[in-house]
Amino acid sequence: MLVSYRWLSEYVDLTGVTAAELADRITKSGIEVERVEALDCGMKGVVIGHVLECEPHPNADKLRKCVVDIGEGEPVQIICGAPNVAKGQKVAVAKVGAVLPGHFKIKRAKLRGEESNGMICSLQELGVEAKVVPKEYADGIFVFPSDAPIGADALEWLGLHDEVLELSLTPNRADCLSMIGVAYEVAAILGRDVKLPEAAVKETNENVHDYISVRVEAPEDNPLYAGRIVKNVRIGPSPLWMQARLMAAGIRPHNNVVDITNYILLEYGQPLHAFDYDRLGSKEIVVRRAKAGETIITLDDVERKLTEDHLVITNGREPVALAGVMGGANSEVRDDTKTVFIEAAYFTSPVIRQAVKDHGLRSEASTRFEKGIDPARTKEALDRAAALMAEYAGGEVVGGVVEASVWREEPVAVAVTLERINSVLGTAITKEEAAAILSNLQFPFAENNGMFTIRVPSRRRDIAIEEDIIEEVARLYGYDRLPATLPVAEAKPGGLTPQQAKRRRVRRYLEGAGLFQAITYSLTSPDKAARFALETAELVRLALPMSEERSVLRQSLIPHLLEAASYNRARQVENIALYEIGSVYLSKGEGVQPAEKERLAGVLTGLWHAHLWQGEKKAVDFYVAKGILDGLFDLLGLAARIQYKPAKRADLHPGRTADIALDGKVIGFVGQLHPAVQKEYDLKETYVFELALTDLLNAESEAIRYEPIPRFPSVVRDIALVVDENVEAGALKQAIEEAGKPLVKDVSLFDVYKGDRLPDGKKSLAFSLRYYDPERTLTDEEVAAVHERVLAAVEKQFGAVLRG
Amino acid sequence: MKERLYELKQEALRRIDEAKDVKALNDVRVAYLGKKGPITEVLRGMGALPPEERPKLGALANEVREAIQQALEAKQTKLEQEEVERKLAAEAIDVTLPGRPVKLGNPHPLTRVIEEIEDLFIGMGYTVAEGPEVETDYYNFEALNLPKGHPARDMQDSFYITEEILLRTHTSPMQARTMEKHRGRGPVKIICPGKVYRRDTDDATHSHQFTQIEGLVVDRNIRMSDLKGTLREFARKLFGEGRDIRFRPSFFPFTEPSVEVDVSCFRCEGRGCGVCKGTGWIEILGAGMVHPNVLEMAGFDSKTYTGFAFGMGPERIAMLKYGIDDIRHFYQNDLRFLRQFLRV
Repeated sequence: MLVSYRWLSEYVDLTGVTAAELADRITKSGIEVERVEALDCGMKGVVIGHVLECEPHPNADKLRKCVVDIGEGEPVQIICGAPNVAKGQKVAVAKVGAVLPGHFKIKRAKLRGEESNGMICSLQELGVEAKVVPKEYADGIFVFPSDAPIGADALEWLGLHDEVLELSLTPNRADCLSMIGVAYEVAAILGRDVKLPEAAVKETNENVHDYISVRVEAPEDNPLYAGRIVKNVRIGPSPLWMQARLMAAGIRPHNNVVDITNYILLEYGQPLHAFDYDRLGSKEIVVRRAKAGETIITLDDVERKLTEDHLVITNGREPVALAGVMGGANSEVRDDTKTVFIEAAYFTSPVIRQAVKDHGLRSEASTRFEKGIDPARTKEALDRAAALMAEYAGGEVVGGVVEASVWREEPVAVAVTLERINSVLGTAITKEEAAAILSNLQFPFAENNGMFTIRVPSRRRDIAIEEDIIEEVARLYGYDRLPATLPVAEAKPGGLTPQQAKRRRVRRYLEGAGLFQAITYSLTSPDKAARFALETAELVRLALPMSEERSVLRQSLIPHLLEAASYNRARQVENIALYEIGSVYLSKGEGVQPAEKERLAGVLTGLWHAHLWQGEKKAVDFYVAKGILDGLFDLLGLAARIQYKPAKRADLHPGRTADIALDGKVIGFVGQLHPAVQKEYDLKETYVFELALTDLLNAESEAIRYEPIPRFPSVVRDIALVVDENVEAGALKQAIEEAGKPLVKDVSLFDVYKGDRLPDGKKSLAFSLRYYDPERTLTDEEVAAVHERVLAAVEKQFGAVLRG
Repeated sequence: MKERLYELKQEALRRIDEAKDVKALNDVRVAYLGKKGPITEVLRGMGALPPEERPKLGALANEVREAIQQALEAKQTKLEQEEVERKLAAEAIDVTLPGRPVKLGNPHPLTRVIEEIEDLFIGMGYTVAEGPEVETDYYNFEALNLPKGHPARDMQDSFYITEEILLRTHTSPMQARTMEKHRGRGPVKIICPGKVYRRDTDDATHSHQFTQIEGLVVDRNIRMSDLKGTLREFARKLFGEGRDIRFRPSFFPFTEPSVEVDVSCFRCEGRGCGVCKGTGWIEILGAGMVHPNVLEMAGFDSKTYTGFAFGMGPERIAMLKYGIDDIRHFYQNDLRFLRQFLRV
């Protein structure tokens, strides 16, 4: 809502309050003023001039040579390029030395050899937005009424010595979509009175019912419909002050009748529509839902298909307006209109909202109906419009009002005690202070023993319960006067749940291990959504995606992590280690919430470690990724329950991928990207992993239990075993541990060899075995016996022989 | 003979002093203290002395031996020390060469901010509640006093999946979910961080996916002044001790009264600068007293219980705190961006 400071001052005395101060006070008490704009910002030296002569420029087709009386000294010669400049016009002249918006200074100049002493201005050149400039002046200079005084300040006549406050209204404050509503708000803030406009109508002896009748067939959509007839109007421009106010409020002036309906819309917040009575085609108005298949050509010359969802104003046969949104072209007020039917109605929000949505038509009128108007003022607005048409369009108002109404003002009463106000706010507001605030709001109320009973005015439809009153009191009392306290309650310690705490430990571990946390989008494209997924289900798809790229919810974090890796590589960041913790979404069927499962995923590529001057350089490989996960499982106390099994998964390297199982159940995987996928993402050798984090966090960690520190020396024996190439080191190690129980404590692999010194198809795996007994020092014989047992076991199970 | 012993002593001490290394020193030891050495020689000639002189000479010889021995040892230690020093000097390195790097990653800046805020409120007795990102229309809107057709639904264009299921547009659904779990009995004291989604085109200031942190306190006798005190405490811990906050009236369907909360600018201390656009204040939060309809719908008696709720955007806070100029940075995962958030 754009509010002219000068216009507002007609309703509330603003003496002693500048526009900037007013904006600040309004903002502090509840409605944000986004900006205050001085319309004449920086302009000076623009006067009304009289074009005495206007002839073609001798050396230029498109220029005119004018002689203009500017009210001081001799008339001056001005070269003007506007197509509509003509002898006898009153125009805005920027004199030599004048400054126009954008620090544009007017100088004496020669244009194609002819002297020019100033500039005849268009409204745009005076800083008026092009979209509100009246159509007839859109491509040329503005022409004042012929009685405009020569030499007078043109900006004053155009209402530009004014400031406009732009109010950003929250949906509850639709009352401030009108000047009167804003006036009430400002009056409450300043503690001043509201002066309402004059709405007295002088009527003829005729009876409006002889002209027209009204029937509403959809009273739930249109509880109130009223109208008046104004005859013998003369269509022409509206008074300049009215045009100026419309333009300041962002509305383009058209003609006196249309401008008056818009002026009342701004003043009362009541949308009106003016029909050309003679073009209505009947003497009745019927308001009803449209019939399927019906059409209307609206004022913007668009043919619109209607359905039963839309409300129309008809002449009893066909639609003449799309109710509350836009009039029909067939009954439009034109230059030759003689008799006007003014409609003032209350349309309810849902039906208007539907029409706006279906036709993509949002107007000043529809916005107000959508947010809710005050029907108690509908007829007053109608009267005022009729009175203005009599005054400024030379019309005569036919006696009486046609009306169809089921609307009854239902008084809203709210009761609240002073004690409740203070206990909710934590304040010590006195009875007198509260009463003063309610009075300033012009809320009629009665007070009895600290109990306020308030009759809520119909303009404030947002107020219905005691909390609403508490808010009114609080905002006008001033939130800066609210004390700052802390809740008084039993002190209970806060904290994280064990899962939340563990998740943080997981994050810190991964970061400590060298990975950076990424956050990627949950929405993705259907072809990526289930790629790499640990578990898949129907995709969860948006009903109205903004693009196919963001149309479904992901089932794996890896595709977007790969995009992040790719993005980095394209920017010369080659060494990449990212992890993400986030949800994947698995449909559980139409119409129910999907399962959301938390995943931990990572992507590693490039060098893992580089310390070049000492000759160290290590590229990421499978075992780097696996090592990180091993540490994680250790941290979570799950290492002993985790197993890696070779696996084949789509888009991963078939020989370099492992499934990870917890207690035998697969909860994740780690592997190298398939070279084809690496190429697709323009990545070099890249490793990824994804784990079901929820399962990991929910798994009971092994509790820490102190084990006595060894008191006796242990014995270390190394063995190198030759086995078939396809024997898994993990299985061999497990067999050693099994056979060595209970004396073998640690088995660690320290060498893998394949090559010339072994037969084809064989490899050697070397392990270091630590023997230890907590009770005593082991003898060589004891160790040798177990060692033999171990060797026998691996020979039996794997055909392993000691490497000679 | 006495003279000879003194002479030998002088001679030996001089040669010890002159010895340049351990080998030379050993030569001296063998030469003077060995079995065939000159001192033994002198003692052998002792038979020619009168008996009463013999012990004296013996004692003197021992004294001389002792003196030589001591000088040898001292010199030995000195030489060894010199040897070590020489060796160490040869081992010197350039300490300004780079160290072997320790690989360190770090949390995403949003996680930093969220965890910091979580910890601030945990310190004030809050617990952290988490909930689904794919919500029902009921919890996302209706239970928050936003019935179907409510004009405020326009304020947040949503990603619907079906008519009743959508991506949550705020973390506020957790208000209703948590209160329902409490079955009408306070106190409730939670904060709820999480991802939210709105139908916005991504640009420097908009993101279709972003994060929010919601706070909710419901109990008997919760006052709006408690909200102010709590948020002031929060602002001071997050932005520095000198900070103040101010409430500006606002509108949210799920709170009444509703306010927007500004914090005094931490860049300019309220004098006005680019960060606060010259106003001295920065908007960081929306808050208010829980609307009685919201309390009642979640099973709380709004006559007995009151509560406050607040919501904030970690993106905005991170942008303010670190001077980040484009919200898209948070979701691009450019390592040149991410690795700037390592320091404690």
